[in-house]
Amino acid sequence: MSSFDHDPIVEMRDIEKHFGPVIALNGVSFDIRPGECHCLLGDNGAGKSTFIKTMSGVHKPTRGEILFEGRRMDFASPRDAMEAGIATVYQDLAMIPLMSVTRNFWMGREPLKRVGPLSFMDFARANEVTMEEMRKMGINLRSPDQAVGTLSGGERQTVAIARAVYFGAKVLILDEPTSALGVRQTANVLATIDKVRKSGIGVVFITHNVRHAMAVGDRFTVLNRGKTLGTAQRGQITPEELQDLMAGGQELVALEGSLGGTV
Amino acid sequence: MSSTGAAIDERIKETSRLRKALIRPELGAIVGTIAVFLFFIIFAGDSGMFNAQGVLNWSTVSAQFVIIAVGACMLMIAGEFDLSVGSMIGFAGMSIAILSVTLGWPVWLAILLTFALCIAIGALNGVIVVRTGLPSFIVTLAFLFILRGFTIFFPQLIERRTIIGGIAERAAGDWLAPVFGGKVGGFFFDWLASQGLIAVFERGTRAGEPIVNGIPMLIIWALGLMVVAHVVLTRTRFGNWIFAAGGDAQAARYVGVPVARVKILMFMFTAFCATVFATCQVMEFGSAGADRGLLKEFEAIIAVVIGGALLTGGYGSVIGAALGALIFGVVQQGLFFAGVESSLFRVFLGVILLFAVILNTYIRRIITGER
Repeated sequence: MSSFDHDPIVEMRDIEKHFGPVIALNGVSFDIRPGECHCLLGDNGAGKSTFIKTMSGVHKPTRGEILFEGRRMDFASPRDAMEAGIATVYQDLAMIPLMSVTRNFWMGREPLKRVGPLSFMDFARANEVTMEEMRKMGINLRSPDQAVGTLSGGERQTVAIARAVYFGAKVLILDEPTSALGVRQTANVLATIDKVRKSGIGVVFITHNVRHAMAVGDRFTVLNRGKTLGTAQRGQITPEELQDLMAGGQELVALEGSLGGTV
Repeated sequence: MSSTGAAIDERIKETSRLRKALIRPELGAIVGTIAVFLFFIIFAGDSGMFNAQGVLNWSTVSAQFVIIAVGACMLMIAGEFDLSVGSMIGFAGMSIAILSVTLGWPVWLAILLTFALCIAIGALNGVIVVRTGLPSFIVTLAFLFILRGFTIFFPQLIERRTIIGGIAERAAGDWLAPVFGGKVGGFFFDWLASQGLIAVFERGTRAGEPIVNGIPMLIIWALGLMVVAHVVLTRTRFGNWIFAAGGDAQAARYVGVPVARVKILMFMFTAFCATVFATCQVMEFGSAGADRGLLKEFEAIIAVVIGGALLTGGYGSVIGAALGALIFGVVQQGLFFAGVESSLFRVFLGVILLFAVILNTYIRRIITGER
């Protein structure tokens, strides 16, 4: 695996996060290297969301340290993390359905062209780049003026991913990108993840679906009740073992028995 | 997985060019405008509504609506309302009157100070809304009462009456007053009259002069504001931020759009438009009254909604709002020309509002994929 030749872009060591009396994270270690897809698995309530919010600068860890390209980092805000190159695509998406794909793609970073003393948004360039970036991700837009609301869930995820990649993300955090999608769209998003990884970006893929993780993951870290239960490499672990780790082993075995092995 | 060969989805029907041209946010307002004009050409075509004087009459009334509708439109797209527009019109007019007539200050100074004061109040509206997170509906409703109360209180306290006149005399020779109360293009109308294309006065002191002797600055302001607002909204970075702030403030903040600043600026712009309206009105009438501008906030909002904007923000068109305002002006004056009881204006308004909103909702669903 070539990605192991590189040092991690982000390394998180023994992260703890307490919300008052609640210990949401209790010693989590995780790292992400360029060009790999590192899957973070965990059941609901395992602490996945808290963990990625810590990584993307929304929360400050109570204990533990975050290294960004080898240096200790304190992100004061999500904006700081974004500037450094950590882009997060949230489940509920930072997309505005009423606005066109181009307007969404460039939101907050609109390209300008000057006409005398006035500056206007450069729609010709904006549209061209948007079409081109979407084509690279395998989506042919009808028109860049098309409202995002007319796209399918998978296509919206792809716009958000393409935007992050275009604006120079080094680490792309995807929060359950496949959880609300159909089979075909899930396949498209997984293929997009593969493309992004091949371009040298580190992808953190959060999911609770073992099959989706196995499809693209290079490494797998399981989060259970605020702790990491270790990291496994591709080929060292079977889907069944991952499933067991996620659910906490014993109970699921009992459940599986009663459900005839369908879970 | 090929990255270039993604085929065109066979389930998406080819949309015809005509359909594409028609399906736009302003469609409802365009249809309404055509319908209204057809109606009055048929029923009031010979009443003088479409001669020079008649056109000027309904254009002026429409221009008033356009000025406040443009402000309301930008603010609504940014996701907020301003219900204090009507009170602001009364307040601004009274402020100019008190400063210039009662205190005897130059009219230009009175106008500039009033603009500064009203824009500051607009900013205050915005800051309260942004800071507290309260609905702008409530915050500006409070200012509807506060401003109207002051508009009645101050002239009564100082002059013991609620109408202050004498502004026209004070404005004579002022350099700024004609920007709001003047007329332009007089020579053009003289020429039209000399060619016999428009009517001239036949008797009295102005005999021989054209009946229409210029375009009021009010109309120039309306066109100017409309063009500037349309260009800012559709062609600039700031316009994109206005859409984003109203479409989903959280998503916009997340990518670094200064949502609070955008919203406060739009409140200030709305106040600016209300003050332009008030200044033009005061210069035209030569007086300020405490009851000026009543219900204007709702008329502005209705014009904007007829124009295809979404009440919850993030979607709309300045051109649409201006057409909505035109429908307003034409219907209000047209019923007068057609000799119809003027109370029917409200009935007509209600009906056209309902139809326009239904049509607009349908169009918007097609464009934006809402379900």
